[in-house]
Amino acid sequence: MTDDDTALLDVNGLSLDFGSPRGRVHALRDVTVHVPKGRIVGVVGESGCGKSTLAFAIIRLLAANAEVTGGEIIFESRNLLELSEKQMRTLRGLRMSMIFQDPMTALNPVRSIERQMIDIQYRETSSQAGKRRNAVEALARVGIPDPENRLEAYPHHFSGGMRQRICIAMALLVEPALILADEPTTALDATLEVQIIDLLQNLQKDMGCSVMFVSHHLGTVAELCDDVVVMYAGEVVERGTVRDIFNNPGHPYTQALLECDPGRIHEPTRHLPTIPGNVPDLVGLPTGCIFKDRCRHAFDRCHVERPPHHRTGNSHTAACHLREEGVETGT
Amino acid sequence: MAVSDTVHDAEAGVRGPGALSQYWQQLRRNPLGMLGLVLVVLMVGSAIFADLIVPYDATQVMAGPRLAPPSWEHWMGTDQLGRDVLSRVIMGGRVALVVAVAALGAALSLGLILGLIAGFGPQWLDNGMLLIFDAVRAFPVIIFALAVVTLLGPSLNTVVLVVAITSIPIYARVVRTQTQSLKNNEFILAERAMGAGTGRILGVHILPNVIGPLLILASMDVPLVITLEAGLSFLGMGVRPPTPSWGTILNDGFSYIRNSPWPVVAGGIPIIVTTLGFTFLGEALRDIFDPKLRKDL
Repeated sequence: MTDDDTALLDVNGLSLDFGSPRGRVHALRDVTVHVPKGRIVGVVGESGCGKSTLAFAIIRLLAANAEVTGGEIIFESRNLLELSEKQMRTLRGLRMSMIFQDPMTALNPVRSIERQMIDIQYRETSSQAGKRRNAVEALARVGIPDPENRLEAYPHHFSGGMRQRICIAMALLVEPALILADEPTTALDATLEVQIIDLLQNLQKDMGCSVMFVSHHLGTVAELCDDVVVMYAGEVVERGTVRDIFNNPGHPYTQALLECDPGRIHEPTRHLPTIPGNVPDLVGLPTGCIFKDRCRHAFDRCHVERPPHHRTGNSHTAACHLREEGVETGT
Repeated sequence: MAVSDTVHDAEAGVRGPGALSQYWQQLRRNPLGMLGLVLVVLMVGSAIFADLIVPYDATQVMAGPRLAPPSWEHWMGTDQLGRDVLSRVIMGGRVALVVAVAALGAALSLGLILGLIAGFGPQWLDNGMLLIFDAVRAFPVIIFALAVVTLLGPSLNTVVLVVAITSIPIYARVVRTQTQSLKNNEFILAERAMGAGTGRILGVHILPNVIGPLLILASMDVPLVITLEAGLSFLGMGVRPPTPSWGTILNDGFSYIRNSPWPVVAGGIPIIVTTLGFTFLGEALRDIFDPKLRKDL
């Protein structure tokens, strides 16, 4: 990649299995994602493709049955997979923080917002009054009206959108270098979604942090992100800038995904387009291309050989045999 | 007493100053809760200051009339040995309170710790601890008490021990279940994503969530413990004579119930009053301390 030198987070060839009664589920295979400093990277894909697993693997909060089988996660020039749990804890909530999908459950129901927001600053040396002031400022920054008084309320006094704002305020309170946003707008309605996206965009601009934005919603990704990584069934199938992905999709999966986006359909129709077939079973891995069974362009080679990432633009790559000529012209 | 104290400490520590006066305002608006508080304060006060308010020595056998009906000299009459029943009831309250405070305090704190360990620890530890809890729970309390009394001899300490051991599994199971359902909650994950360690998650996030149900259980258990103490003493397995206990007062009066019912009535009324008092107060405190049940703010 061209921006390797400024990368804040480098996930290189990460593979991860989940133990299950049916056998090992290969949830992530050879996933490579770069998050440069000060940019918003979107991770898109359908449900169960490993987007959230990737985010949890980076912050190392995976379930007990998960096992990393290969690759590395370089964050600020340290491999997170080699850090002890104690070292990892010093990164969480200081250098990286996370915003969760469901704001209704992401706050402790029996503690006031004030207690929770002061509490997460436990590593700071400032006084209680100073921490309280920080909390008020953070709430004001995410657009909570009358933060001084609302601080004493409990989570159930807030609506979903307000709670997500509070969660974002808490994630930003520590001024992290990296924010992992795990579908932060999925549980919200469309109007709120736009507000939260705007808010995230403005805050990112102000604070200059990097964001890894996990979403299945193409519209929000197009709106918010600088770079996009498309995942399918545990593999990265395409990556590039927002412009590359949305204007010139290189992988048949990305093309099909974009065709299915209701926002891009202009003719009235009774049937929304879908991608035929199902996501492959990740217990027994298929040989060849992961997308071959649902791909309309699949040919013989797709069934035997797994396509590597072919460069189709400056920083735009797609894992498809059809893009192979791109390598020849590019070099 | 023990119950309300633990709660106040825990809550004050978590929510900060100023919260207490707010809770007090809420309690004042709850008539049953206030009645419970008055009864509990009366009972606890009379137990603490028993030495100062008893009209006679509770164990002194007097030359006066035996099994006398209530009079100005003996408000609740006298028993078969001529002892003043009112004095014995007041001193019996002290025994009941000591048993309740000591046994519930021990059961609550040990149950809390064991429950957190079982709920948050590895699966094999959880399975092992559950097996022990269930084994202890499987014994009927009275049979268990009989065995312990046979081994250690009847005394106040034995009663405390029996009550504590049989109560620990109840509290531990409640804490364990709560902890298990809480630890998979997203806010715990969020807290870990903010860098919190196990101690912090248990102490700051799980404990305040667990303490509510535990408090309800404990407040409902105070009358249970008091009746259990009275029951064991009634059967002669608890407090030894001449120390007065509500149970021994009942037992003493029981033999003479046809001719002079007042010792039995005098021993029974404080049990009923205390039971009601702690139950009312416990329910009121539960409503106040659970923020999800609060309607104002």
